[in-house]
This record gives sequence, structure tokens and C-alpha cells, in this order.
Amino acid sequence: MATVETIISHYPPEKRKSAMLPVLHVAQAEFGGWLSPEVMDYVADILRVKPIEVFEVASFYTMYNLKPMGKCVLEVCQTSSCWLNGAEDIVKYIEKKLNIKVGETSADGMFSLKVAECLGSCGTAPMMQCGASFHENLTYEKVDKILADYKAEGKLKSYTDKDYKNTL
Amino acid sequence: MGKKLLIHNDKVPGIHTLEVYRSNGGYASVEKALKNMTPDQVTDEVKKSGLRGRGGAGFPTGLKWSFLAKPEGVPRYLVCNADESEPGTFKDRYLMEKIPHALIEGMITSSYALGAKTSYIYIRGEYFYVARILEVAIAEAYAAGLLGKNILGTDFSHDCHVQVGGGAYICGEETALLESLEGKRGNPRIKPPFPAVAGLWGCPTVVNNVETIAAVCPIVMMGGEEYAKIGIGKSTGTKLISASGHINKPGVYEIELGVPVEEFIYSEEYCGGIRNGKKMKAVVAGGSSVPILPTELILKTAKGEPRLMTYESLGDGGFATGTMLGSGGFIVMDEDTSIVKNLFTFARFYHHESCGQCSPCREGTGWMEKILKKFLNGTANESDVELLWDIQSKIEGKTICPLGEAAAWPVAAAIRHFKHEFLEIARNKKFVDISHYNRLNQIVA
Repeated sequence: MATVETIISHYPPEKRKSAMLPVLHVAQAEFGGWLSPEVMDYVADILRVKPIEVFEVASFYTMYNLKPMGKCVLEVCQTSSCWLNGAEDIVKYIEKKLNIKVGETSADGMFSLKVAECLGSCGTAPMMQCGASFHENLTYEKVDKILADYKAEGKLKSYTDKDYKNTL
Repeated sequence: MGKKLLIHNDKVPGIHTLEVYRSNGGYASVEKALKNMTPDQVTDEVKKSGLRGRGGAGFPTGLKWSFLAKPEGVPRYLVCNADESEPGTFKDRYLMEKIPHALIEGMITSSYALGAKTSYIYIRGEYFYVARILEVAIAEAYAAGLLGKNILGTDFSHDCHVQVGGGAYICGEETALLESLEGKRGNPRIKPPFPAVAGLWGCPTVVNNVETIAAVCPIVMMGGEEYAKIGIGKSTGTKLISASGHINKPGVYEIELGVPVEEFIYSEEYCGGIRNGKKMKAVVAGGSSVPILPTELILKTAKGEPRLMTYESLGDGGFATGTMLGSGGFIVMDEDTSIVKNLFTFARFYHHESCGQCSPCREGTGWMEKILKKFLNGTANESDVELLWDIQSKIEGKTICPLGEAAAWPVAAAIRHFKHEFLEIARNKKFVDISHYNRLNQIVA
């Protein structure tokens, strides 16, 4: 709650709604990696806005999950430079390795696989994001290691993680 | 070796820390501006420099600043647009990640010129870890008296905050960014009024790109006239270019505007030529939204002159023979690249990122993606090329914000310069593997 109050303090007192996006990120990280209707109502309460105002924001931006996800959401970039450098093959490799398709979660609840549109790593393509970590210049071997590391850790990875990795 | 003003010290160990940054001359522009210059003098230097917005549009920064309304008793804001989401563009990320204090120094100096007591850095959500780097740097600046009350013992007080977005490309459009910063969906506003008159919470606001704001520091230090001597004509100063695709040395390069395109692609100082000894086929010079050009037109203008890395030279001849410098997202494609499939990735991107507010964009981007998919799965007819052309023409210029143009221009340019590829696929019913994409559609359905 202290983090949320700090975020809200960045805006004029009568503009608490401006804290919506960062507070939703915190809520998603704190409540299991997704925003349930109850969590959105709670955020509305904190920001003193109507619940619908939270839902219309949460449903607009791609980083908010409106259904339960795996502990590690793998987002593979597939736009131009990543495609030019083999992103499709990386997606297919992960699908085969985890025995899931894009949009699905592995049976053990550890991994969800998504595709993303340009994550700003065009010079180090192909890449994928997991929580706050960027994994770049991906190869099959690198993917193997990343998945094994995450599995061994077994923790929820969120965008707000402070122990992010950047494998430039 | 060209002159570097923004990332000249990016390889210095620890340059992300305040201590090392200051020992390398950092925050000198804050010292100079706040203690020896009036706000108007800072603005005048920016005007003299000829600095143009480095986010893509290239609007003169000093002129934009001079539009800022200054009614008494109403707060003014500076908002840094760090929502870098244009495919091919990753220069701002590099600057913020490696030298975060360069941006914060620019925020303070620029805010002084604009009379803004509070500023926000709106950064795309996916760059959460970069936001952390900035937050740590901001905390260092507060502790050193470079932010907060009475900065460096002067009358100027300023607060700077970082706001993370939620993963929407449209929030790179300045009015959509302001909506998002106010905690709403990123739907662009109708202009006028422009943000300079009614911006954040209805108050006068300047929205500038990361690189633009960072460039204010060297301008203050060297003077606008000296800065304007770098570059060619109205393309003054240096520019960060993010290069990717089929080149030997992808990365972020700071160039003096005016470097020949051929030198940028083939010299060892920059991209180092095409990977695996292949020939170059095409280049997207300024991020996905700018028109693609085939090799012969990206290296030379229609008049046969060497094409230069400037706003004017890249745009020479309009879109018939030219393109734009844009954000500096430079994507190079080799001879084996399918232009149709690359275009498909762009069309998919714009369809996904359309905010849905304007019908031509909401419906048109999806329709273009569907037709391009037909080309890839071998079911397109020759008439589909004309249909694609027709649709893009009905999006361009008919939307509230420039996302319509951003979606339409790549399609128009691909047909303009590579129509034979579309026709060949349609005539021969060539099949390009998109099984992965088909699976996505099934999941969505």
C-alpha cells in the first residue's frame, strides 16, 4: 500500500485517477499476475473512481491480464526485425517444448505463451519478455536455459520485478 | 568519426550513476541555465539550434516551446514522450538505459525554460526495467539537490516523475499519451486545441521526445548557433539511429545529420554492410510507418544524387521516390526478404495497435491484414492488389491521429515499389508458410 500511496502522490490530489496504470501494474503483480473483477473493484476504491473506469482501462492495454495466467508469461516479439531474425521459429520451438500453443498455459501452471507486437529490441532480435526481463538474441539453447532457470525459481514473474534480467 | 553529443560517454563504466555522470561534465547545463540564463534565453538558444523533434515528426522544438500558453495561476507541464513503440526504433531505450541522467538533466533544463514546476516521463510499460533505472537516477538527483526545492540554491523548484504505460503503441501520439497519463484509455484527442494550450489536465503542456529533451543540454552548453553548424541545412545537429535487420552490426548509432546513406549502411563505423555477403533489397529508414524504398532509391535520389541521412534528402521527391527520416528506426532487408510478408507483419502490428476510435483505421487496418494474409496463403487474386491500394487510400488522412497514415503509408509504398512481388504471388498462387498465424486465429476465435 505504501507503494501505491507513493504513486498517487506524484499527481495533484484531485487527480488520483492518473495513478491508474501504475497502480494496476502493482495490483497485477500483488494478486497473482492477473486482474480479477474483485481486484479491479479494489483499485477503483483506492483511486475513488467508478469500477467501469478501471475496467475500460484494464481492457484497453495489452499488459493487463484479465484471466489467470502462468507464473511466467513469455511474450515473444514477432514484428518486422524479430520476424526477419527468426521469431516464428522461436515461437514454434517454445510451443513444442512446453506442449502448448500461443495463448495457452502449460499443464503445471508455470508458463503462458503470448506473442507481442514490437518490444523495442529490434537490434537484438529475436527476443522475448518475461515480466520485467528482456531476453535478447534468442537461440534454441538460450530458450532452453531461460525456461529451466524460471522453472527452478518457480516464482511469479511480473513487470514490476526489481530483479530483472537484461541479456543483451 | 562523427561528432557525438548524446551518447559520447555511453561506454564509460558507471555512467548511469550520478557520481560518474557529474564527474564527466554532467548537469553543467542545469548549472549554466539556472544560474546564468533566463528561461527565454534558453528557449532562444533552442530556436537558434534548429533542433527538430526527434520522435518522428521533426517539428521545430523551439517553435513548439514558443506556442506554450502562459496564463497566470495555471500550472504548465513538460511531458517526456518515452513511449517508444515504433517497430525498428529502440534508440530512446538505449539512451535511458545507459545514460539516464542525460534525460533527467534535459528535463530540468527544459522545464526551467518552459516554467514547468512538474514534469513526467511517460515510458512504455514494456520498458519497466528502464523505468526502474530512471527512478533510481531521479532519486539520486533529488538527494543531490538537482531536483526538488530551490535547485542548486536558485529560485527554481522542480519535481520529475516517471509514469509507466500499459503497452499501447497509440500512446506515442501526444494527445493519446496525455489521456493515458490522466489514467484513461489512450484515445487521441481532436486537435485543436493543441497540448500547448490544453494539455495535461487541461493545462498548457509541452510533449517532447526523449532524444529531443536530451539534446537541449549540449545546445545550452555549446550555444544554439554552434549546434546549428553541425548537420546540413535545416537538418541540424546529431541524430540517434537504431539500425536492425540484415546488417552486420545492428545497434544504436549517433550520426551527424548529413552522413550519406550508403556510408551509414556499408561503413565499418556504422552498420558494417549486409550480413552473409548478400545484396540489399530494401530499407525502411525511419520506423515502420515510413515508406519502404528499394535499394536504388535509398542510396540515390531520383535525380541520381547520393541520398543523405537528413530530413530533406530522405524525403526528396515526396513519397514517389523518397521516404522520411522519421524516428530513425532503420530496418535493412536483404535480397531474400519477402516484402509482402514483411508488410504483413507491419499490417498486423497496426491492426493490433489501432485504438478503434476512427472507423477507417479500425476497420481498414484489419481488412488490409486479411488481404495480405490471402497473399501469404496463396489465395489472393491480382485484383487484390488494387483492393489493397484502395483501402489504404481510404484510411490516409481520414482519422483523428496519424496512426491512419502510419498504417497506410507502408502498404502504399510496398505496392508502389514492389507491385511485381504481389502480382507474382497472386498469379502463381505461391504459398508462404503462415501456419503459425492460422493457429493464432483459431485461438482468438
